[in-house]
Amino acid sequence: MSVFKPIIELRDVRKSFGTFEALKGINATIEEGEFFSLLGPSGCGKTTLLRMIAGFEPPTGGDIIIDGKSMDGISANRRPTNMVFQSYAIFPHLSVADNVGYGLKTKKLPKAEIKREVDKALSMVDLVGYGNRAAHELSGGQRQRVALARALVMRPKVILLDEPLSALDKKLRDQMQMELRDLQKTLGITFILVTHDQEEALIMSDRIAVMFEGQIAQLATPEELYRRPATKRVASFIGVMNFLDAAATSHDAAGLTLDIAALGKVTLPASAIPPNVHPSQITKVGIRPEMLTLLFDHDDRAEKEITGEVVSSDYYGDMTYYSVQLPQLASPVTISMRNTAGRSIAAPGSPVRVGWGTESVVLFE
Amino acid sequence: MRRGLSPTWLGFYAVVYLLFLYAPVILLPLFAFNDATIIAFPLSGFTTEWFEVLWTTDALHSAVRNSAVVASITAVVSTLLGACVARASARYRFPAQKGILGFIMLPLVLPEIILAVALIVMMMQLGLSLSLWTVIAGHILICTPFSIAILSSAFAGLDQSLEEASFDLGESRAGTFRRITLPLVMPGIISSLLICFTISLDEFIIAFFLTGTDVTLPVYIWSQLRFPTKLPSIMALGTILFVLSIALLVLAEMFRRRAARRQGQGASATEGFA
Ligand SMILES: Nc1ncnc2c1ncn2[C@@H]1O[C@H](COP(=O)(O)OP(=O)(O)OP(=O)(O)O)[C@@H](O)[C@H]1O
Ligand SMILES: [Mg+2]
Repeated sequence: MSVFKPIIELRDVRKSFGTFEALKGINATIEEGEFFSLLGPSGCGKTTLLRMIAGFEPPTGGDIIIDGKSMDGISANRRPTNMVFQSYAIFPHLSVADNVGYGLKTKKLPKAEIKREVDKALSMVDLVGYGNRAAHELSGGQRQRVALARALVMRPKVILLDEPLSALDKKLRDQMQMELRDLQKTLGITFILVTHDQEEALIMSDRIAVMFEGQIAQLATPEELYRRPATKRVASFIGVMNFLDAAATSHDAAGLTLDIAALGKVTLPASAIPPNVHPSQITKVGIRPEMLTLLFDHDDRAEKEITGEVVSSDYYGDMTYYSVQLPQLASPVTISMRNTAGRSIAAPGSPVRVGWGTESVVLFE
Repeated sequence: MRRGLSPTWLGFYAVVYLLFLYAPVILLPLFAFNDATIIAFPLSGFTTEWFEVLWTTDALHSAVRNSAVVASITAVVSTLLGACVARASARYRFPAQKGILGFIMLPLVLPEIILAVALIVMMMQLGLSLSLWTVIAGHILICTPFSIAILSSAFAGLDQSLEEASFDLGESRAGTFRRITLPLVMPGIISSLLICFTISLDEFIIAFFLTGTDVTLPVYIWSQLRFPTKLPSIMALGTILFVLSIALLVLAEMFRRRAARRQGQGASATEGFA
């Protein structure tokens, strides 16, 4: 994204259903060619926002601008967007080819051209030769591909996807995530994906808007979201986070000194303090499980060390997640360790040294 | 194993029940082909004479024509009304929806004789003269609930996102209706047309009360029962009507199931008549 060109601007977009406010003023700019995700728990208003961008429902306030034009009063059939529905919405009485060519027929293109475009779209989604199949002869993954081809063939400015992978099993989902991502990069079409799966959003997106209760809590790249979650809520929604009680003891040009439960006094450089954080209001800090290390060997070293006791361990094959009780803490912290060759699993009850670094302390509002 | 009636007894019960249900109907063709003017056993011989009589009875022909006209118009209007109601109740939520729907469905269970009396009183008060049109009005009243019941399942089974997808792909509202909605509910509509046609064709009480000088087929049949010699030919007519009705209903059910299958749901024999 070297050249910044906004394709969609959401300006204070609001939606109320009766007295219920589903969206409470959404502001965001989505760039051309970007893979953008709306991520949030069930009921936070993701689908509602997507449907308003598509034009199925009018906003009760604010403005949606697509490609420089306000969409106020422009209905779904005249917007440069196409949607991939959660249920795929494959027309059951039409063949695969007729499904994919549906929109082109609306445009009254000549038959030969429609066929050519449909074949091209089908090959993009790896469905060459499936044109004559009936809708009910397709598997879940194939239906998903048809829905995608039907949108791609229209060459829209933006493709909207509402939880397109949620109906697929894990393995197929992982595969489709990669395919979708690659396709988007190759074609350069802007994708807006709705999902409640944080892993999916992190893997696929250029940027993610995390939504809670009709508001965007944070809009950032996956890495930023993971490393610098703006609020405690975002921090616990994205990945696993250990929360520790903390309070600022001094704050000056040299940095911020915090007294963190179990870890003790820590001084962070001023550059490590996010602009939205007021040191005096800090009550908790976060630390990711992979930022804590169990020091198994005597010669393992870390910037800082404390001792704790293993409470339990969960084996995941490549990783092991430990619950470790640290002194002064009410509940154990989670520590993840990669299972390298020759490393045994620490048994519950055994004392361990836990290593950590000041850089891994996460501050938020 | 569950305790209760054994399969043998259930089978026996089913056979007795079916006999009770269909024995009288079996008598129709039996006597329609019987070579005697008296309806009594033993049967004396085979003849198609009674069917030939039907062929030459003019009064019967005009009754058939009347019935065909009444049933056709009834079927079309009821199905149109039913489609509007089914669509509205499947898509929109409006105040007192349940209450309104309940009242629309009421004629389904109201005794027909009461309806017929109420209608004739109303027609008289309005100063309308009785004719086939008043019969049609009455038939629409009793057929529409059936149409709603059939079409409700067709429209409710229609995934709203299909229409949205069509709209999203640039099609107009009218185009979406023509290319998506109509083809998907078409089997339901045909099923509704056939059932309304059959109900109207067989209906007697309302037709008897509300008709003027032109009679429909059931009313004609009733009028012929006064003449004992006509009885065998009435049996023949009854046989034809019975076969026709069954054929129409089977056809209607086939279309209804096809509608359900098109929308990708399982079909059960009774859900359309809920
Ligand atoms: N047509 C409607 N009428 C009334 N309330 C609605 C309507 N559509 C959505 N809502 C409400 O708005 C809120 C947001 O709904 P939305 O479907 O956008 O959630 P979502 O984030 O997509 O959730 P999910 O992950 O479960 O799909 C919900 O509380 C929902 O109940
Ligand atoms: Mg949703």
